[in-house]
Amino acid sequence: MATSLHACSQTGATADARTIHPAWLRLTHWLNALAVLVMIASGWRIYNASPLFGFAFPSGFTLGGWLGGALQWHFAGMWLLVGNGLLYLAVNLACGRLPRRFLPLSPRSIAADAGAALRGRLSHADPGQYNAVQRLAYLFVMLDIAVLVLSGLVLWKSVQFETLRVLLGGYETARRVHFLAMALLAAFVAVHVLMAALVPRTLLAMIKGK
Amino acid sequence: MPPRKPPALPGLDGPGIMREARKLLGARIEQPSRRAFLQRTLSLGGLALLSGCNLSDDDSVERALAAVSRFNDRVQGWLFDPGQLAPTYPESMITRPFPFNAYYGIEDVPRVDEADFRLELAGLVGDKRPWRLAQLRAMPQVDQVTRHICVEGWSAIGKWGGVRFADFLRQVGADVQARYVGFKCADDYYTSIDMATALHPQTLLALTYDGQPLPPEYGFPMKLRMPTKLGYKNPKHIQAIYVTNTFLGGYWEDQGYNWFGGS
Repeated sequence: MATSLHACSQTGATADARTIHPAWLRLTHWLNALAVLVMIASGWRIYNASPLFGFAFPSGFTLGGWLGGALQWHFAGMWLLVGNGLLYLAVNLACGRLPRRFLPLSPRSIAADAGAALRGRLSHADPGQYNAVQRLAYLFVMLDIAVLVLSGLVLWKSVQFETLRVLLGGYETARRVHFLAMALLAAFVAVHVLMAALVPRTLLAMIKGK
Repeated sequence: MPPRKPPALPGLDGPGIMREARKLLGARIEQPSRRAFLQRTLSLGGLALLSGCNLSDDDSVERALAAVSRFNDRVQGWLFDPGQLAPTYPESMITRPFPFNAYYGIEDVPRVDEADFRLELAGLVGDKRPWRLAQLRAMPQVDQVTRHICVEGWSAIGKWGGVRFADFLRQVGADVQARYVGFKCADDYYTSIDMATALHPQTLLALTYDGQPLPPEYGFPMKLRMPTKLGYKNPKHIQAIYVTNTFLGGYWEDQGYNWFGGS
């Protein structure tokens, strides 16, 4: 057990001291990226079958070709999203990485770092440390994906998951929750990709680990 | 240079086009049997066309996705709690007008004549004598106001009344240990369901909608109403019911919709 904990710890004897992202984290990150891409693109095609709001997504940005195909992608992608997400959380918690990397987090530190970022003065001197805005964004996206999965379960099995359905305000409300959480996830992805493009070193760290 | 593969056409909605073509053709051909034949031929032609314009490795992706869908059928069968009831609603919440939905337009709704109508039974059923509507109306009737959820995402609340399907299956001596119950319909629709859902207390052989005999657009003479399944699993205009251990799929299921299709 001790060795397995060391294997996932950055400060452990087996890990290179310069490692920013251990291998399991990089793997789960890219699998999650794939799952999110599949879920959003197929979800947009499913949405187009009966648009909730006054617009449809351009077909070119959707996956599955038609409603039936999109549903097959969506209900296959969900296993990757959930399985990989649970693996990520389990290893993250077992290693103690989650509190180490994402806490503490205070409104004051978020405001200070957000202000510095907007003025272009946020330092990236230590890529092993997340700034407060990153901490908030990554914790938010974890929570947002959890909301997507739970509201998705209500849409898929609204009779079987009765408690969850009631908590989310019924089937029709769960549709809207699912859509809103998707929109927030898409917004996160847009900002996340932009930031990685602006600070390419972070992208390299997520590929090579250091 | 080696010959290049034809490019995939992004945004080409193959099954959507076929559906559209079926609707257009279906409207022009009066005879149901002839219509069914032409539509099937169209599907074969459509399949050939699709494999021609898709990248060939799409086949293995499609097979993998279909396999996951069958796996999801098993997961759903396992998740299904026979005692878990779908929510019911007050009559004030009924969606008016209740939307018409089928794989064809409302102008093609089949007109079934009650005088000639016989419900046929086949497969693992003790008493295969055909049923008249009057005999079904003489059985104990149940009303329920439930939410109909369409695979497209929208939902609507309606009121259906009729015979509990479990009562009917036991009345005709169906083998309730069998795996599937299948349906053939007057509009050439067909589908099949798992026995656990067939025996669910809210599964109705619906004869009425909103207190009136089922109107043609909602499935006269009868519809299997299951608030635990998506709309396409609820067959309308039922002509024959069969009990079997052989997996039979369904109209939409054979094109890729999930077979269990349950909520």
